Amino acid sequence: MRYLRLWQALILFFIFALWQVLAQPGLIPPFVWENPDRAAFFFGEPVKILRAIWVWFSEGTIYQHLWVTLQETALAFVIGSVLGLAVGLWLGLSPTASALFDPYITAMNAMPRVVLAPIFMVWFGLGIWSKVALGVTLVFFIVFFNVYQGVKEVSPVVLNNTVMLGANRKQLLRYVYLPSATSWVFSSLHTAVGMAFVGAVVGEYLGSARGVGYLIQQAEGAFDINTVFAGILVLTAFALVLDFAVTRAERRLLVWRPTQSETEQL
Amino acid sequence: MSPAVEFDQITCTFAGTRGSYTAVQDVTLAIGAGEFVSVVGPTGCGKSTLLNVAAGLLKPSSGTLRVFGEPLAGVNRKAGYMFQSEALMPWRNALANVTAGLEFRHVDAREAKRRGEEWLERVGLAGFGDRYPHQLSGGMRKRTALAQMLILDPQILLMDEPFSALDIQTRQLMENELLELWSANRKSVIFITHDLEEAIALSDRVVVLSAGPATRPIGEFPIDLPRPRDVSEIRLSPRFVELHDRIWHSMKEEVLKGYAQTKNRVAA
Repeated sequence: MRYLRLWQALILFFIFALWQVLAQPGLIPPFVWENPDRAAFFFGEPVKILRAIWVWFSEGTIYQHLWVTLQETALAFVIGSVLGLAVGLWLGLSPTASALFDPYITAMNAMPRVVLAPIFMVWFGLGIWSKVALGVTLVFFIVFFNVYQGVKEVSPVVLNNTVMLGANRKQLLRYVYLPSATSWVFSSLHTAVGMAFVGAVVGEYLGSARGVGYLIQQAEGAFDINTVFAGILVLTAFALVLDFAVTRAERRLLVWRPTQSETEQL
Repeated sequence: MSPAVEFDQITCTFAGTRGSYTAVQDVTLAIGAGEFVSVVGPTGCGKSTLLNVAAGLLKPSSGTLRVFGEPLAGVNRKAGYMFQSEALMPWRNALANVTAGLEFRHVDAREAKRRGEEWLERVGLAGFGDRYPHQLSGGMRKRTALAQMLILDPQILLMDEPFSALDIQTRQLMENELLELWSANRKSVIFITHDLEEAIALSDRVVVLSAGPATRPIGEFPIDLPRPRDVSEIRLSPRFVELHDRIWHSMKEEVLKGYAQTKNRVAA
């Protein structure tokens, strides 16, 4: 489609315009809300939201919060992935360990981990580490299940071939299981990064002194709906940037993977 | 001199959900040093089982496998194995796949790269070293697998229908290349195929297996066609046709038996 980006931008503009118009005082009939300003009070006004965002960025107050959220996301992602990779490889390669821990893994995955956030705050304080811990519990299981599956599904022919080429057990792990498992980590990258982000923001929201989640929480306390929406918009944009970065990284790291659109064959 | 590979009363039985299944029974077969032996038989008769035993990937239920006179324990380090299906590591490019075996043996990286490129050139893939397997055609992947095996200079080559997935032209090309590489440096070859023509064109000797279960060799035919051979031309020689006729007659019954069994299995 031509001008795809333009059309996408137009849709966004249209939504904001509609929102702005509907929030005008007096437009919603008085039998719904007696107070004409009620619509703006409940739903905010895009113009004010954008102004709040502009103030954040022009005055530079947002950067320290974004930086904290980014740090928490990155740490949760890296730690969760490494743990998931290690445990996934271990359980995938050891049937005994896998049989032994299977019910625990299932139980821990089924547990709603967000409720752990207050406990993490007691353990790790109100700084970034309680948020990282929450993110790790979310990321770990995604990566773990992918790696576990990946190890089980390593092609037996590739394994046998590598054995015939003279690889010992350690080399099999390094040259076959690890790359194969890593590719499964990357296939879950989008979900994992998203979860790390959710962990960071939810953690901040529940108790912190910095971060975008904290800004939202503060604004909510003051019934400042415009700032709440501003925070949500900034978070969304930030998530989009993260997702874009992940796509770029994926393309670089998984060159060996066939894609459907790829017709380059000789 | 003791044979390169010697099957001595090898039997392989697999435990299954519907009772045990004997894939091969009492197979006694010797492959001399430098000899090219093809093993033909109907589909599903346990040809690959024999090869896995020779490779040391599968321990026989009974019987002994000897490699140059020594009973085999563990993986056969003197053998290279070329698999029927895709066996390249998809996350390594062609060059890295070819040099993998050298890497496992801790050969110096630069030396490995030099030899890898030399082998890629020898199998006609010069300049394709940086391609990943999915970027190569089926024939090119087979060449890469061939180079991957031959770079380690194994004394025994085990080949499990390596060219069966290729189209007929590519296949004859690969067969000629294999013969050329083999004649330059004679190794013992066990070449499994279901294609009798391919077997005769390549080998010194053709071994015919019975239909499964409990497969065993039912005939051996020395192939006295002159070398060097061109696989597409040799098919037209009168001696080839004569050999083909003789072996085919001895095989026919088994092929029909195997076919009937497969059909029954599908029906059941």
